[in-house]
Amino acid sequence: MRISAQAEDFDISQEINLLKEARTDLGAIATFTGLVRDIHGEKRVKKMTLEHFPGMAEKELTKIGVLASERWPLEGLTIIHRYGELYPGDNIVLVITTSHHREAAFKAAEFIMDWLKTDAPFWKKEETEDGNHWVAAKSEDDNNKDRWN
Amino acid sequence: MNLIYFAYIRESIGKSSETIDLPDDVDTVNGLLKHLETKGDNYKTAFAQSDLIRVAVNEEYVSLDRKITGSDEIAIFPPMTGG
Repeated sequence: MRISAQAEDFDISQEINLLKEARTDLGAIATFTGLVRDIHGEKRVKKMTLEHFPGMAEKELTKIGVLASERWPLEGLTIIHRYGELYPGDNIVLVITTSHHREAAFKAAEFIMDWLKTDAPFWKKEETEDGNHWVAAKSEDDNNKDRWN
Repeated sequence: MNLIYFAYIRESIGKSSETIDLPDDVDTVNGLLKHLETKGDNYKTAFAQSDLIRVAVNEEYVSLDRKITGSDEIAIFPPMTGG
C-alpha cells in the first residue's frame, strides 16, 4: 500500500506503472483523480488552499486503505492526497486500486473516496471573487460513507 | 498539555498550537473546551458552533466526553473537507 500526503503533484501513469511493474496477474486497475474546479455554486474559484494534519493524515489514509483491503481482494493500492496552494485544474487526490477482477477495483476505489471525504484530516479554503472562505462539510458526505455499513 | 488547531478554528483563535497547564478540575475534552472559552472571546468565537467541533486525542478521533490528561496532545478542528 502506498500512502502519501504531499505538496507536489503526482504523475498518474507513473503511479499506475509502480503497481503494474513485473506483474501479469492483474485483471483490473481502477483510478480516481479529484481536481480543483473553477466554480463552486455560483462563485468563481481562483485558488484553493488545502490544510492538513501532518502525521494523522497519513495514519487515517492508511486506516481507510486497510479497511478497503479487508473488504475486497485488492492486489495493490495507492492513495495520494495533496496539500498547499492549488489552482483550478490542479490534481488534489489520487486513488488507484488493482485486483484480479474489476468489481473489487471499482468498489474499493469508491469506498476509499467516500471514507476519505469524512475521515481524512484535510480542510479546503477557497479564494473566490467574493473573498476567502472555508469550505463547509456536506451532510451528503456522511450519507455516502454510511451506505457502506 | 499541547493543543493544535486547524482551519477556521486555528484562524479564530489566532494560533496554530499552544501549550497550556490543564487545570486539576478538567478531565474531559468538553471540560477543556469550556476552560479554553474562559481565556478569551477568540476561543468563544472558534467554538461557537458546537456541532462543528471535532477533536483528536493523540491523533485518534474521540467524542467530547473522552477523558484526558495533561500528557495528551489534543487537536481541535472543524469537520474534514478533503478529497
